Amino acid sequence: MKVKQLSVFIENTNGRLAQVTRVMGNAGVNMRAATIADTADFGILRIICEKPQEALLALKEAGFTARVTEVIGVKLKDEPGGLADIMELFEKNGVNIEYCYSTLMSDQGQAVVIFRVEDIDRGLKILGENGVDAIASFG
Amino acid sequence: MIWNRDAECEAVEQRRLLQGYQLKKQVTHLYEKVPFYRKKMDDLGVTPGDINSIEDIGKLPFTTKDELRETYPYGLLACPEEDLVEIHTSSGTTGTPVLGGYTRADLDMWGEVMARCIGMCGGTPSDVVQNAYGYGMFTGGLGVHHGAQKMGCNTIPAASGNTKRQLMLMRDFKSTILTCTPSYALYMAEEAKEMGIDFRDLHLKAGVFGAEPWSDNMRKEIEEKLNLQAYDIYGLTEIIGPGVSNECEAHHGLHVNEDHFYPEIINPETGEVLPEGEKGELVFTSLTRQGTPIIRYRTRDITYLWHDKCSCGRTLVKMHRLLGRTDDMLILRGVNVFPSQIENVLMQIEETQPHYQIVIDRDRSQLDEVELQVEVEEAFFSDETKELERIRAKIAQAMKQELQINVNIKLVEPKSIERSMGKAKRVIDKRNL
Repeated sequence: MKVKQLSVFIENTNGRLAQVTRVMGNAGVNMRAATIADTADFGILRIICEKPQEALLALKEAGFTARVTEVIGVKLKDEPGGLADIMELFEKNGVNIEYCYSTLMSDQGQAVVIFRVEDIDRGLKILGENGVDAIASFG
Repeated sequence: MIWNRDAECEAVEQRRLLQGYQLKKQVTHLYEKVPFYRKKMDDLGVTPGDINSIEDIGKLPFTTKDELRETYPYGLLACPEEDLVEIHTSSGTTGTPVLGGYTRADLDMWGEVMARCIGMCGGTPSDVVQNAYGYGMFTGGLGVHHGAQKMGCNTIPAASGNTKRQLMLMRDFKSTILTCTPSYALYMAEEAKEMGIDFRDLHLKAGVFGAEPWSDNMRKEIEEKLNLQAYDIYGLTEIIGPGVSNECEAHHGLHVNEDHFYPEIINPETGEVLPEGEKGELVFTSLTRQGTPIIRYRTRDITYLWHDKCSCGRTLVKMHRLLGRTDDMLILRGVNVFPSQIENVLMQIEETQPHYQIVIDRDRSQLDEVELQVEVEEAFFSDETKELERIRAKIAQAMKQELQINVNIKLVEPKSIERSMGKAKRVIDKRNL
């Protein structure tokens, strides 16, 4: 299953992040995870949230450049080497990772890693074949 | 030294007679040989018979840069093609370039006026001239070269770039005169510092700096850092290249080699000739050029002219350092850039909108830094930084190819660049020129 991720283009200017998060708050969207990829001039804010389509509309209305893309979310076993197992699985099968970041499932306190891989369908297939569940959404 | 005392110190009235004679000769020749000029004169109802003194020049039609482009390559050639011995084209302009064609006599004249300029900077035949202007289609390199050779200076054709080698040449061959853009001079100063070279240990006495605007502050900085006297030189491909005018040791205006290039100042709106001392658009007529002479060429540069009793003894009319442009042309690192060129490049890149803003500043070493802010096209926004970096690199490369200079590209949010109802404010120039 794929998880929807909201990405927002953020110019490297004062207060831009505050504005994005306020717009989402006002739209009644609850965020689950957020990470920023930054370069010297701009950043891309990646967000996992409830109601990503609604959040997207709210952001666009507020003049932001944003889009919804799909990523893979994997619950990790809470033990040493849990992440390494997944990484090795991808590596062995030639699934390239563009980026990844980790977050927590709010109710269970369990770690979830978000993967953006080159070929998302293939990534999911590999996980499935190896008995790893990809989450569909954040509860 | 005064290279050509007869010409440079001639009595003003005497010179005007000569200018009138040359003008009549040139106009008669062009009327017969260049259909473009015959038509323009016929349209105004002027014939060579109406030109009897330099005062009559106002009867003649103007020539514009667009006309030079439209007649490219040889539409304005006033001599047989086989008489050409060298050609140059204007730098960094979009689409069709502008041709400068030189006969043997033109090259001699170019060398002559450029030698005068070197003389105005205190140059003599025993000087070693290190020429760090770009060689090639740009007139800067070869123009200075011809002049230095004419004077009999040992000429080092270093060309621009390769700064470490520049400094090595300067030290090893005891260069006494440096010719380059003022910003490159300051860049050399930085590099020298890093290499542990002190200009006080070198032999430079004068620098001939041009091809881009510079300020008095920059002059002071160059003089201090490079331990030399800095002189301003002016020229343009359409007229000859470097050698049109130059500062003398009085550092009070640039003497125009007006026996070859007759200057006028006009009101850019009406075309009316303005009296001496009034600011307006600079116009040049090539009185002696054979290859591609031009009648009343509108340079779009703004300045004013005056005569004074210069302490150097020259009677040549003076022009003030350029005060601006009548169009939106920018000079970035010595390259002429029009905002429309930037727009054209952006139009061809699907990932961006042609909404942009250029911010120009001088960096630590006084080189022009150009930042181009471009809006990302919404459809191409990606969740991956590498995709946006790819777009940025693509724009940078396209700009480099078109403008011949490096431009820092800054991607900004769509619709973040101010839209204006009238003329968009495309350029923010923070340089103190």
